[in-house]
Order: sequence, then C-alpha cells, then structure tokens
Amino acid sequence: MNGIHDMGGMHGMAPIVEEKNEPVFHHEWEGRIFAMNLAMAAWKWNLDASRHSHELIPPAEYLRMTHYERWVAGLVELIVQGGLSTRAEIEGGVPAAGSVKAVPVLTVDKAVALVAKGVSASRNVPVTQRFKVGQRVRARNINPTGHTRLPRYARGKVGTVCLDHGVYVFPDTNAHFLGEKPQHVYSVRFAARELWGDQAAPQDSVYVDMWDDYLEPA
Amino acid sequence: MATTRRDFLTSAAATAGAAMTSDISQAHQHEHEHQAVPSDPALRVKSLESLLVEKGLVDRAALDALVDAYEHKIGPRNGARVVARAWSDSGYKQRLLSDADAAIAEMGYGGLQGEHMVVVENSAKVHNLVVCTLCSCYPWPVLGLPPVWYKSAPYRSRTVIDPRGVLREFGLELPEDVEVRVWDSTADLRYLVLPERPAGTEGMSEEALAALVTRDAMVGVAKVSVSKEGTAR
Repeated sequence: MNGIHDMGGMHGMAPIVEEKNEPVFHHEWEGRIFAMNLAMAAWKWNLDASRHSHELIPPAEYLRMTHYERWVAGLVELIVQGGLSTRAEIEGGVPAAGSVKAVPVLTVDKAVALVAKGVSASRNVPVTQRFKVGQRVRARNINPTGHTRLPRYARGKVGTVCLDHGVYVFPDTNAHFLGEKPQHVYSVRFAARELWGDQAAPQDSVYVDMWDDYLEPA
Repeated sequence: MATTRRDFLTSAAATAGAAMTSDISQAHQHEHEHQAVPSDPALRVKSLESLLVEKGLVDRAALDALVDAYEHKIGPRNGARVVARAWSDSGYKQRLLSDADAAIAEMGYGGLQGEHMVVVENSAKVHNLVVCTLCSCYPWPVLGLPPVWYKSAPYRSRTVIDPRGVLREFGLELPEDVEVRVWDSTADLRYLVLPERPAGTEGMSEEALAALVTRDAMVGVAKVSVSKEGTAR
C-alpha cells in the first residue's frame, strides 16, 4: 500500500537524533511488547502480516507514535483479527467469563530456540528465475492496496540484477494469508541518478532486494 | 485483511502513548502534547500481558527469556568480533564475504533476523551503508536490536536520496570520488558492513581490534577510528 511507512526519498523529517549510550529498551513495557509480538506470532501469523499491521496505522498516528507504540497497535489488531481475544477483553484486561484457557505455544525452550535459529523465509523448492545476474530490469509500476515490499521510489526505474539470493516467500500474498508463492529474490542496483536525477552523485547507487514478481525486462 | 482504516484509527489512538518522543522530532514534541491520548502505554501493555497470560496465550517466562536475550546477550559486540576476525584472518574474510551465514555461524552467531546475511566491504573507494526504508529490518544476531535513530523517519526517508548528507549528520564527510552504495533491506536478507581497518592498528590482537569496532561503523554511518574514545555506539 502507498502508506506513510514507505518513506524512502521524502524530505522534511527533521534531523537525525543519535542518543549516546542508548539502552536496548527505554521502558520496561517496550521489552514486554517486543517479546509479546514474538510469542503471539507463534500462534497463527507471520512477519509479513505483522509488518502490514503497522502499515495500516493511519499516517498521522504512525508518525506521531514511537516504534514500540506501533508494535502495541499492530499486535492488538492481529490478536483481534486472529480471533485469539476480543477487543472487549483487551480493553478490560481480563478474559471473558467462560472463555477456555489455552496452553502457550511459545514455551521458554521454544523462545530460546527461536532466538538461536530464527525463522527462515527461504524455500527449497524449484522455481525458475526469470532474470539473470547482469540483466537490465525495470521495477514494475504497481500500486497495490495491500502489503508490498516494493518501495515507491524504485517503481518504474531501471536497474541491474547484481545477485540472485535464491527462493523466498512472497510477502505480498503471505501477509494476507494467501499463500507463500515462493520465488527468486534479487539484489537490484539502481544508479542514484536513475532514482533521483542529476542532484545525485554519478557513481552512487541504491541496492534494493526485489522479488521476481516486482520486475520486468528492461 | 479486513480491517478498515477507521477501525484501525480507533484502536491505534487507544494504544498510543504521549509519554515518549515521536519519530518526527523530539523538538516538536511539545506541539503534540495537546493531542489527547487516552492511555499510558506502560499500563496498556501491562494489562495486555496479564490478559494474554490469563488466557494461556503467552508464557511469562518465555517473555522474560526473550527480553533477557536482547537486553543482555545479543548486541553489537558480536558483530565487532566478526569484523575483528575478518581484519585479522584473510581466509575468514573471504568466507565472510562469499558465504556470510556460514562464516558468522563459525563465530557462534546467527538466528532470528539474521537467517540470511550479506556482508559488504568498505574500502578507500567504496562506502556502503544500510537502511530499511519500509520498516526497521536490522541484523539482530550481530548488532542486537536497532537504535531509535535507525528506525526513525529522518534516517529511513533520507538515506536513499541523500546518503552523503545523512553521513554528514553523523560527522562523516566522504570525498567526492568515493562510491556510495546504499542497501535498502526490503527483503529477508540482512546486511552488515565490514568497515575499513584503520591505519595504525597493525599488530593489534583480535580482541583489541574488536574493541575499536562500533555499531555505527557496521551500519555504515561511521568509520572505525583508533583515536575515538569508547567503543559501543
């Protein structure tokens, strides 16, 4: 979707503020919501759906919120939509009368394993790549209302395939539980001048990882 | 998904807190304070956790383990050791650049948000820097969780269009003839910059070298220097 999250190339966002000796979490609740996002995802959703839940936050709210406030908003939506809890329960902070108690999916052992092993989106399935390293490609001009990882600043631009990373789950379908549609992901090099015109230095470039479906021959 | 923007606005407003500075700017914070925010995020998160525990959806000890891992065990010192080894051992460096996952695993690191790694090398002629314009993708196993600036709108918006200006904000002025390569982490690959080894470090031990390597240098917004005091930025 063409949301505020897709902010590559925007101006006016104020100076970058770097905090010295920054803590991992600024408040205890940030760590808790971080961990709850990981633990709840083990029930029924995926990282793509989680990212999309942040994208659905209205733009003015998105900009006003801190990073972990978005994680709170996104998690609440995923829980309600996933049918794991009702909005009334979340507002009240207690389970509805007569609700059945579940058994947590993410136990301590599984949490430790999750951190150590991760969750790979790579798929070992034979999928033909439509593009080869060295080939000139154009990022398609698509404007889906759902989740996509094709940033607006690259759409319609011509670049060169630099690496074929292999086959990965396609976020545009996976975020909406419409299947994994595994396909090749490439690192595509765009000359900075192709993206931004003459204001960019001639030798500079931006590398964007692109799923096969985002590209067409140039 | 079936959520409408209106549903989301209701919920998002209910979950937002006023206590912290926003992405837009710390300086602009006072302008937002008049916006009524119904709930303190600390209370809201506490209430959510107790509900999820009560419903048997999360195990509190598992949450503790996750927080502990990222607060105390996983951080940029991991990446610094990888970099120091690459500087000290040319065979390792070659493996790191050609198969980052295997080389990083050799050092005992890997896992969540670092399942598929790519290492890019800085030199006198090429400067790499890493961003995630769409969210906050970052190589957790080697750098830990990202700092606020990395996830902020200013960094995410400007790095792709004006990398040299962004680097200047971090105090790094690159010569005009250096080639700047920005890596936008839009997919499942996570990027680590192998900084240039500074002059004057010949003969230093791997441990001493690792102490010089900063988080910022491994994102690509700084160089490693020997004179700089302190290490983990």
